[in-house]
Amino acid sequence: MTRAYAVARAADAVDAAAANGPDCLTVVCNGMIGRELYAHADTPSRFYMIGSMGLASSIGLGLAIVQPARTVVVFDGDGNVLMNMGTLGSVAAAAPANFYHIVFDNAAHGSTGDQRTISDRVPLDAVARAAGYRSVVRVRDEHALAGALQSWFSTRGPAMLVVDVERGNQPGIGRVDPSPTELTARFRARATLKTHSA
Amino acid sequence: MASPSRRFLDLLEQHGYNYFTGVPCSLFEGVTRILDAEPRYGYLSAVREDSALGIAAGAYLGGRQPVVFMQNSGLGVSMNALVSLHQIYDIPALLVISWRGEGGKSGNDAPEHLIMGDVMTPLLQLLRIPFAVFEPPTLAPDIDRLTCTMHETRRPVALVVGKGRLQS
Repeated sequence: MTRAYAVARAADAVDAAAANGPDCLTVVCNGMIGRELYAHADTPSRFYMIGSMGLASSIGLGLAIVQPARTVVVFDGDGNVLMNMGTLGSVAAAAPANFYHIVFDNAAHGSTGDQRTISDRVPLDAVARAAGYRSVVRVRDEHALAGALQSWFSTRGPAMLVVDVERGNQPGIGRVDPSPTELTARFRARATLKTHSA
Repeated sequence: MASPSRRFLDLLEQHGYNYFTGVPCSLFEGVTRILDAEPRYGYLSAVREDSALGIAAGAYLGGRQPVVFMQNSGLGVSMNALVSLHQIYDIPALLVISWRGEGGKSGNDAPEHLIMGDVMTPLLQLLRIPFAVFEPPTLAPDIDRLTCTMHETRRPVALVVGKGRLQS
């Protein structure tokens, strides 16, 4: 399946979970994954990290710890996870039950021209399991992705879902439009909104 | 009387800081000892300084005001997070950075710290990070001023901690 397809289905699952439960806050890594998410469906509950490669999971971790009543979802890529793999250990050690990590894995640096990474030889699901994520699943096709997403947010985190995707980018895809400072302002307002009477 | 590290943490809390993460250094071991021992601080011991900055950014987005502790070697590790995350997204943080290799002369410290010790303050200037050096008589007004600057600019500021200030 293409990465853009998988990103769109994952975003739909996040939005469905948010409609039926606690608010979902999504942190998305730099590169094509963020652009694909933005092009599919943007909302103020998404934080697009355009620089600082490798840090989406760290941002999600800090957020999940200080907002335990929200569901925090990190959209990540294999290149990003590999760049700061120690954070998988930080996530497992802190063990926030509201932390959901979805990794779109094409074993390539998509944004720079699909140069290969090492995730074809270093399986990131095995690394996350060894680090101590409570739940880790890898899916390889559309059907398995749909099945995994259906119940994923009722799993206790930290949970990782690795999705095998094809290489290649959508031609002509746009960039994330709001400026970084606008993204911070709208996301922080959403993340700190008092939505529940408690 | 409370230890210098205890008084320092109290001062930070009085200034509204309420999230603590970082990587330890012997020059502020007194602070880390308290943070590690007292769960109420929620101190998260990070694996790398740039990851600590990412965690701090997440905590800020979630409504907290973070402090990130690091050795100055970690400032090198942190450079991309500072310039391509915090500074472009308007994410404030107080960085507490130890000054290993102060003066840059061999004999003052281990060889791996000498170059960073020598270039650290010009590096902070180059990165446009306002900073103060920890001096007990001016600490409270310096934290005041740095915190005001941090809120006005919504960018990171730094307190540089030399030897003997926060080891107890």
